Amino acid sequence: MNAPQTPHALHFMPSAGFRARSKEVVDNPFLRQSFRGAMDFLMSKRAAQFPDPVELETLRTLGEQIRQYNLGKLPELLVQLESNLTRNGIQVHWAETPEEANQIILGLCQKHSAKLMVKGKSMVSEEIELNHAAEAAGIDALESDMGEYIVQLAHEKPSHIIMPAIHKTKEQIAKLFHENVPGVEYTDNVDALIQIGRNVLREKFLEADVGLSGVNFAVAETGTLCLVENEGNGRMCTTAPAVHIAITGIEKIVEKLDHIPPLYSLLTRSATGQNISTYFNMISGPRKAGEKDGPQEVHLVLLDNGRTQAYADEQLRKTLQCIRCGACMNHCPVYTRIGGHAYGTTYPGPIGKIISPHMLGLEATATMATASSLCGACGEVCPVKIPIPELLMRLREESFSAPHENPTMRGQGAGYNATVSAIWRGWAWVYRSPALYRLATWLGSRFNWLMPSKQGPWTSVRVPLKPAPKRLRDMLKERA
Amino acid sequence: MSARDRILARLNAAPVMNKPEPDVAAWFAEHRSEETPAEKAARFRHFIELAHAEVYSVSRGGWLQKLWEVLSAKQIGKLLVAPGTSHGQRAQSELSALGIDCPSYAEPIENWKETMFHDIPASFTAARGAIAETGTLILWPDADEPRLMSLVPPVHIVLLDAANIYNTLYETMQQEGWKNGLPTNSLLISGPSKTADIQQTLAYGAHGPKELVVLMIEENV
Ligand code: SF4
Repeated sequence: MNAPQTPHALHFMPSAGFRARSKEVVDNPFLRQSFRGAMDFLMSKRAAQFPDPVELETLRTLGEQIRQYNLGKLPELLVQLESNLTRNGIQVHWAETPEEANQIILGLCQKHSAKLMVKGKSMVSEEIELNHAAEAAGIDALESDMGEYIVQLAHEKPSHIIMPAIHKTKEQIAKLFHENVPGVEYTDNVDALIQIGRNVLREKFLEADVGLSGVNFAVAETGTLCLVENEGNGRMCTTAPAVHIAITGIEKIVEKLDHIPPLYSLLTRSATGQNISTYFNMISGPRKAGEKDGPQEVHLVLLDNGRTQAYADEQLRKTLQCIRCGACMNHCPVYTRIGGHAYGTTYPGPIGKIISPHMLGLEATATMATASSLCGACGEVCPVKIPIPELLMRLREESFSAPHENPTMRGQGAGYNATVSAIWRGWAWVYRSPALYRLATWLGSRFNWLMPSKQGPWTSVRVPLKPAPKRLRDMLKERA
Repeated sequence: MSARDRILARLNAAPVMNKPEPDVAAWFAEHRSEETPAEKAARFRHFIELAHAEVYSVSRGGWLQKLWEVLSAKQIGKLLVAPGTSHGQRAQSELSALGIDCPSYAEPIENWKETMFHDIPASFTAARGAIAETGTLILWPDADEPRLMSLVPPVHIVLLDAANIYNTLYETMQQEGWKNGLPTNSLLISGPSKTADIQQTLAYGAHGPKELVVLMIEENV
């Protein structure tokens, strides 16, 4: 696939071209300003939700323990979830790949002769590029979360997992609505814009044959799917159409309802700085006899897409603790400067860097883990204490070490370069021996005029590096 | 082998890392203190008002008068009710006499979806209970008070008995034994529908109700 010309394109792309896209955003003062402003806003809102550092720390520890406990029992919990959902009348499907997941979902749509599918916010549906597959199958897939609706109208992809249209100004959205929604005059009044979206989408909820949603937590003991949202579009998608299809990664499961309150509280407080979301929607079955609304059929698609690879390694398994709050993105100095589209992957920012390699292979994502200063902010704010910086180090090693037999990760060694490795080995060798080190620095200071004036990416924005004519050691000797 | 079996086989082949189950109850016992019913009612009110809901304190006998005042103030002449419930029954019989049209949710939605979406300005349901910590209403929609009543009409009016307010969601689940079985759909509602998807500017009435009104019965609290 060619690197796109603008920071956006209809498809997610592998992280090839990551550098070029990052540069484009860094050169755009408007985008930088809007991301900076948005991230500052989200950071301060989160901070206000956690006034008590002891409560925060103990709650994060509890969140971490809950996620690790449940991951420890994952295979058994999946079987329990399946049997309880089935008992409740919810049909369960399993998919190893995005293609399989799309086939299952579109197959269900075709079975019901569905023409229109309304979608609640679901990053997993973005991960499998469902909209694109639906389009190819002649089914209209319409995003109904306001942010998702906006990016879909603009033929873009979400640039943030919680706030999909965070890169857009209200003026841009005003223009988009004016040009794309029939009969709409230009207005950049936010309330008016939301009412326009509301009116368009209401008609779609009324018409739609199928509603699709993600899942925030699936509860094994009761066979319940939990959805967190503010707008009510998720409730519309899961209530108004005759068929509801939910899709989730296999990791989003908890054994007990008891595990929900701490995780739910961590999620909303970390994500948008709300003490709770407007809606928490618990779905434990399709419409029962005698009930007057709700879907006649409810389906759940459980997706692997690389998650079992992460699961197989004790350290990498921690990636699956994630509850997708987006706090790591909001606090990341790299994300704040380059925004979500530059990454090219469904999940941007720190969480994107640690999860995408399992989904796309290191062949496509080798450089992602290098886009970090390892400042540690992501790991500090993560509500379930994923050691993100540690995982980034691990992924760098997986990417850049020499390819070997039986690798833990698909694409291990994809970034390996024999020359670079040899240079680093030489460097290590010189630094281990005082005599060699002295000789090397002496040669460096004598022959500093030999340094080339072009030093790769370094000199594209900086003056060339040149060893000083006199070493520190020589200057100290002169003083003594 | 099916996709299911292959996924489970891979998970089962992974190293076993059993962790002890964390003590959620202990965390709540340590970090959340008990409150009196009056304190819970006040806290509930504080938080749901912050989320832009309107709350009125009413008595067991007097809520209908308040409901009438709210409808009049908002110039609403039609209210969707659930006559299968005692509060819905009362609203229907008494408000009709006052000139408010009170249609019932009598038929499956398929038979009147258009009308529901285009022609119902407000609805009236009860809440099963509420949560003080976050200002949250608990609704368990059923055959009498179906799911869409609390979602589609632009104004949603809820009757709540303040005696049913819990401290936390955790306490609610424990005391009501939710793990022994949940209805097809259960909901926590903490304000009118909202979004901040355009330039982080908060706007109400995204897809669900634009206004949420709580009539809180505070007798004996
Ligand atoms: S990695 Fe942690 S901070 Fe980032 S989205 Fe996941 S849970 Fe949130």
